[in-house]
Amino acid sequence: MDFQLTKPRPVPTPVSQPFWDGLAEEKVRIQYSPSSDAYIFYPRILAPHTLADDLEWREISGLGTLYTYTIATRPVAPMFADEVPSVLAVVQWDEGPRFSTQIVNADPAALRVGLRVKPVFRHLPEDEITMLYYEPAEPLVAANDDAAAAGSGADGAANGEQAGA
Amino acid sequence: MGLRGEAAILGFVELPPERKPARPARFMIEQWAELSAAALKDAGLEATDIDGIVTPQINEAPSFIPSTITEYLGIDANFAEIVDLGGAGSAAAVWRAAAAVELGLCEAVLVTFPGTHLTPQSERKAMPWDDQMLYGASSNRYGSPQAEFEIPYGNLGQNGPYAQIARRYGHEYGYDERAMAKICVDQRTNACATPDAVFYGQPITVDDVLNSGMVADPLHKLEIVMPCQGGAAVVIGNPRLAKKSKNRPVWIKGFGEHVPYKTPTYATDLMHSPMVKAAESAFSMSGLQRSDMDMVSIYDCYSITVLMSLEDAGFCKKGEGMAFVRDHDLTFRGDFPMNTAGGQLSFGQPGVAGGMHHVIDAVRQIQGRAGEAQVADCHRAFVSGNGGIMSEQTALVLQGE
Repeated sequence: MDFQLTKPRPVPTPVSQPFWDGLAEEKVRIQYSPSSDAYIFYPRILAPHTLADDLEWREISGLGTLYTYTIATRPVAPMFADEVPSVLAVVQWDEGPRFSTQIVNADPAALRVGLRVKPVFRHLPEDEITMLYYEPAEPLVAANDDAAAAGSGADGAANGEQAGA
Repeated sequence: MGLRGEAAILGFVELPPERKPARPARFMIEQWAELSAAALKDAGLEATDIDGIVTPQINEAPSFIPSTITEYLGIDANFAEIVDLGGAGSAAAVWRAAAAVELGLCEAVLVTFPGTHLTPQSERKAMPWDDQMLYGASSNRYGSPQAEFEIPYGNLGQNGPYAQIARRYGHEYGYDERAMAKICVDQRTNACATPDAVFYGQPITVDDVLNSGMVADPLHKLEIVMPCQGGAAVVIGNPRLAKKSKNRPVWIKGFGEHVPYKTPTYATDLMHSPMVKAAESAFSMSGLQRSDMDMVSIYDCYSITVLMSLEDAGFCKKGEGMAFVRDHDLTFRGDFPMNTAGGQLSFGQPGVAGGMHHVIDAVRQIQGRAGEAQVADCHRAFVSGNGGIMSEQTALVLQGE
């Protein structure tokens, strides 16, 4: 095998660089299209849907809600073998766009869709990048108090951990 | 707008899927030739009747694939097309072939999907192992949005994203894991009437599914497709060749396709899949109704794909899929026959050729060739294709008259 089993890290492009520069300063900056009156993500050269040439960078709070997630109990690829179990998540920013990330600093079994989340900036100097993770913005309540939210979520997480062991 | 229903599937071949390869190893280009010859024989047509091809990607070439294939087979093609729509590719290839026939470009088109990915290897010309091995359908090349915003967070592969869709579905509409499991159980019943299925002779229960282990919460192992080796092909021809063919022609009456995004994170409305538009287009073009369908063949990489496709294709209302599955017998002898050869979940998924299983399941039924699993008086069928993470979807309406 002659491929590198190093962890794949983001490599900024000329267009996306301001987003990554923002994360390095522990700020979340994304693009906004005035003609669409919409924030967009990921960074683009023209606005999606309209192809308007009016994208401008704006700082947002970075706060959002947990749109959906799953608990990965097996590595999604060999380079992620040290990251299980992990919570593969989609966060919806308060400004609208969604962001692929992981939830950290939380009991996976206690998560639920709709949870308020806040940024966790992870500086990775050896890779010259800062990555944006998320954690609960409020203390977690026990999942079985909220049966409607995630259905079998709590049971599922327990089973998943067994399956991965 | 659309097809007139004047191109028909005239013959097919579908290799029995293998978990461990027993057939001799073949390059994909060789599989292309052998599968095509078998489909032509089934149709009762000659290779010289063919003047068009549609193909997926093959191992032996990264580009210029259609001409590589026409040269190898010796086909003077007026139409040579590659489709790059993952599991939607088979249904997508069928309508492209039908369109080429109806436009008068071609008399007959081969749609051949090699599905045996373990091809011969030589140390003297080793296959270049690259990022595709590690990242599958996601691109890790510089400048790829997935390389920059998805892969570094482990958002790759299929299990995680499909589980995310299922989780969100449960949040919005409620989740009944026993209903989800019933999809797999009914399909397994169909596989047990289909000797070529990999799980022939192995019936399962709802509890078997729920006890099979959680792979990506809330999806269990038996709700996730089983990769296999196989391959399939169909021949699509015009009315003149339909008369010459020995099989009942299966006319392509309508199709639809919708391809709005790559990664579900960026779906405008994740709970309404591209199938909404694809199926509406297919039914409207065909002039047929949902209730006219004698069977359906629904792309089933995961149980959640089936559930949402049934809703989004309009067989039940959004949010009522769980109840629909509970209330209907989905087996070949039931009131809503679906994936009557087992679907990919129980028949097997030979890679990108897996989508062809759904096309051929419908053709087999309409031609009355499904054996023990035959649905009585089966003349019309709905077929769905799904690629990526419910990000590219195609629908077909087929009819035997």
